[in-house]
Amino acid sequence: MALLQISEPGQSPAPHEQRLAVGIDLGTTNSLVATVRSGVATVLPDAYGRPLLPSIVRYFPDGRVDVGYSAQTRQADDPRNTIVSVKRYMGRSVKDVTHIENTPYDFVDSPGMLQIRTAAGVKSPVEVSSEILKVLRERAEYSLGGNLSGAVITVPAYFDDAQRQATKDAGRLAGLNVLRLLNEPTAAAIAYGLDNAAEGTYAVYDLGGGTFDLSILKLSRGVFEVVATSGDSMLGGDDFDQRVFCWIVEQAKLAPLSPRDMRLLLVKAREAKEYLSFHSEAGITAKLSSGELVDLSLDTETFCRITHNLVQKTLGPVRKALRDAGLGADEIKGVVMVGGATRMPQIQRAVGEFFKRDPLNNLDPDKVVALGAAMQANVLAGNKPQGDDWLLLDVIPLSLGIETMGGLVEKILPRNTTIPAARGQEFTTFKDGQTGMSFHVVQGERELVSDCRSLARFELKGIPPMAAGAGRVLVTFQVDADGLLSVFAKENSSGKETSVTVKPSYGLADADIERMLRDSFEHAKEDLRARALAENRVEGQRLMEATVAAMQADDALLSAQEKAAIEEEMRNLEKTLASSDHRAIKQAAEALNRATEDFAARRMDAGIRRALAGRRIGSL
Amino acid sequence: MTRNHFELFDLASSYALDAEQLEHSYKELQSLVHPDRYAQAADAERRASMQWTTRVNEAYRTLKDPVQRAKHILELHGIDVAFETNTQMPPDFLMQQLETREQLEEAIQKKDAGFLDSLRGNLGGKRKLLETQIGESIDARKDYAAAANLVRKLMFMQKIEDEIDAAYEAIE
Repeated sequence: MALLQISEPGQSPAPHEQRLAVGIDLGTTNSLVATVRSGVATVLPDAYGRPLLPSIVRYFPDGRVDVGYSAQTRQADDPRNTIVSVKRYMGRSVKDVTHIENTPYDFVDSPGMLQIRTAAGVKSPVEVSSEILKVLRERAEYSLGGNLSGAVITVPAYFDDAQRQATKDAGRLAGLNVLRLLNEPTAAAIAYGLDNAAEGTYAVYDLGGGTFDLSILKLSRGVFEVVATSGDSMLGGDDFDQRVFCWIVEQAKLAPLSPRDMRLLLVKAREAKEYLSFHSEAGITAKLSSGELVDLSLDTETFCRITHNLVQKTLGPVRKALRDAGLGADEIKGVVMVGGATRMPQIQRAVGEFFKRDPLNNLDPDKVVALGAAMQANVLAGNKPQGDDWLLLDVIPLSLGIETMGGLVEKILPRNTTIPAARGQEFTTFKDGQTGMSFHVVQGERELVSDCRSLARFELKGIPPMAAGAGRVLVTFQVDADGLLSVFAKENSSGKETSVTVKPSYGLADADIERMLRDSFEHAKEDLRARALAENRVEGQRLMEATVAAMQADDALLSAQEKAAIEEEMRNLEKTLASSDHRAIKQAAEALNRATEDFAARRMDAGIRRALAGRRIGSL
Repeated sequence: MTRNHFELFDLASSYALDAEQLEHSYKELQSLVHPDRYAQAADAERRASMQWTTRVNEAYRTLKDPVQRAKHILELHGIDVAFETNTQMPPDFLMQQLETREQLEEAIQKKDAGFLDSLRGNLGGKRKLLETQIGESIDARKDYAAAANLVRKLMFMQKIEDEIDAAYEAIE
C-alpha cells in the first residue's frame, strides 16, 4: 500500500489494476464528468454525444426525476418543480437567498439548510444535487464499463465549510466514493499547467454560473501551490441574467409576473446575454401567459452599462488576493480564464485592463475544471507512479474562529492557511466552580460574530470545579485535505481529561445518508446490499493485504503483545470476509484499523526518517 | 519528533533564513507525507498522514513569518515571550503607532486608497528595519531579551498592517 511506496519508489500498479476514477464538475448551470484514459483526460459525453449535463432537476408527482436537457427544455412549464442553479442553495438558509422574490420555489426553512417543497415531496439541495451526480455516475460507469472506485468533486474555492460538507454529502448520497473535494480554480490550474508546462505565478479567474473565485498559484515542476484565494460565492453568470431580466421588466413595464412567465423571461435574458458575446445586438421576444407580447432589443452598450458594477465587483476579490499574496498585478505571469461567464467581452476587457495583459483562453472554459479534476482523481486513485505525479498544496478561503466575550471573533486559523492544518487556543474558566464552557465556531473575515457565518455551537461539560481562571480548555481546530473542519475541546488542567469532538451540524449524519440511500434504492434493496457487500469486501481485502505487508516490513516496530492484538483482529476480519454480512465486514475492518493506529503512525515516522536520512547522507 | 521546526527542515536555528532550502525541504517532506499520497491507504495511515502534513505545514508557516520565526527561536531559548501580558512599550513608539492609527482613520473616512498605499509602504520600510535589528540581536549578539522587545514592536506593526489591509475592503 501507500506506505510501501516510500521504501519502494517508482512502483506503479500494473495496467490491469488501474482503478476507475473520475473528476466531476458539479456546476451551477452545467455539470460534467471526465476521466483519464490512456493518459489523456477526456470529458465523457452522454449517449447523444453531448458533454454537458444542464444542472436542472425536475420532480414529478409520482416521484420520477428528470435531469438535464429534458428538464431544461420544459422548465417554463413547471417552474416550481424544476430546480435550476441548486448549487446556490447548498449549505444555505432561506435568509441567505438573494432575489428570493424572483425565484418560483416553495422554500421550507429548516435548521442549517433550506429545503424546497416539490411535487415529489420536500427536497434538500443535497438531494437535488445528488440526482445530478447520480446521472453522471451512471454515465461514467456505462462508458467505462465498471463500478467507479472513486471521484473527485470540484467546489468553488470560496465555498465555506457548510457548502463543502453539503457537496460531499451529495456525493455520498449519489453512491460515490468521494476521494477529494477539489477547488475549481485549482483544478483548472492543474489542467492548464500540465497542458502548457507552465511555470511561475499565475492567477485563475473563475466566473461560473453562480460563483466567483480568484486564486493565485505558484506553478513549478510537479508542484501546484495555492498562495492566496478570494472570491464571492454569491456572484456569477446568473446575476448577469438577473440584470437583463430586470431591464426587460422595466423596459416593457410589466406587472408582477407568474412563476412561469418569470422563468420564461429569465431564459430569454440568458439567451440574450450569450448572444451578445458574439453579436452587437440581441432581440428579446416572448409571449407571456396573459397574451402580452414582449419585443425588445438589447445592444452591447446597454448590456455593459447595466452589468458594469457586477464586473467591477469581481475586481475587489482580485485585489484582495494579490494583497494577501503580497504581489503586484505585474508579477502575475498569466491569467487563466475559467467558467462560461468569462466569455462575455466586458469581462475579458476588464481583466485584461487590470492585469495589463491578454487573459489566457486556450482551454475550453466549460471543460477545464472537469479535466483537471479527472487528472487529480487519477493521481488519488494511485494510477500514476510516484515521480510522475504531482503535489497539490491548497488553502482555506475564509478564516475560522471562536466567539469571545462581547460578540467578537478570535481567529484561530486565518484565511489562506495551507491545508491540512490544525491550531489550538486555550480558554480559561471565568467563574469559581464553573463546570461547563460553551463555544461558538464561526467562519469569516469580520471582527463581529454577527458578520460571520455560524458553523457550530457546543458545550464542554464535566470540568471539575476550580477557582476562576484555573480551568483551562484547549480548543483545537483541524481542517482536512477537503477543507472540512473538526473541532476538539479538552480540559486537562485538573489531570482529569474531559473532551468533546464536534462536526458542524448542518452536515447530514451517517444515519441520514444511509436512510436516504435506502429510500432511493427502495425498489432494488438486493442491489444495494450486493453493492455494499462487494465494496466492503474489496476494502476489507485491501486492508488485510496492506496489514500483512506492513507486518512483514516493520515487524520490529511492534511488541509481542501489540502484534498479538493485531493478529487477533486480522483473524476476525478474515472470518467475516467469508460471510455475506456487509455490516460485520465493515465493523471488523474498522476494528483492525483501530488496532493498527499506533503501528501506522510509527511506520510513517520510521519511513520518513529513513527517507530523510538517505537524502541527507546522500547530499553530503 | 523534534519540536524544533528548524531541525525538521534541516536548517540552522537562526533568524536569517535560507528561504530556498526551507522551500526545498518543505516540498520534499510534503511529497512524503501529503494525504494525496495516502488516498487509497487504510484509515490509520490516512490519519497519520494528516497529522504529519499538519505538523509540516505549521512548521513551515512559523518559519516563513518573521514574527512567528522570532517567537519560535526565543521559545527554543527558554524565553517566555508573554506577548499578551507584557505590553509596556516605549512612549515614543506608542506615539508613533497612535499617529499611524489616526492616519489610517483619516484614510478610511476619505476612502483614499492612495493614502492607504503610502501608509502601507511607509510601514513596510520600518518593518524591514526592525527585522534587520531582530536578526542582529538574535544571530550576532545572542541578546534574546532585547530581541523580545523588538519582536513586540514588530507585532504592533503587523497588527496595524492587518488593519490597513482590512481597510481596503471597507472602502472598496
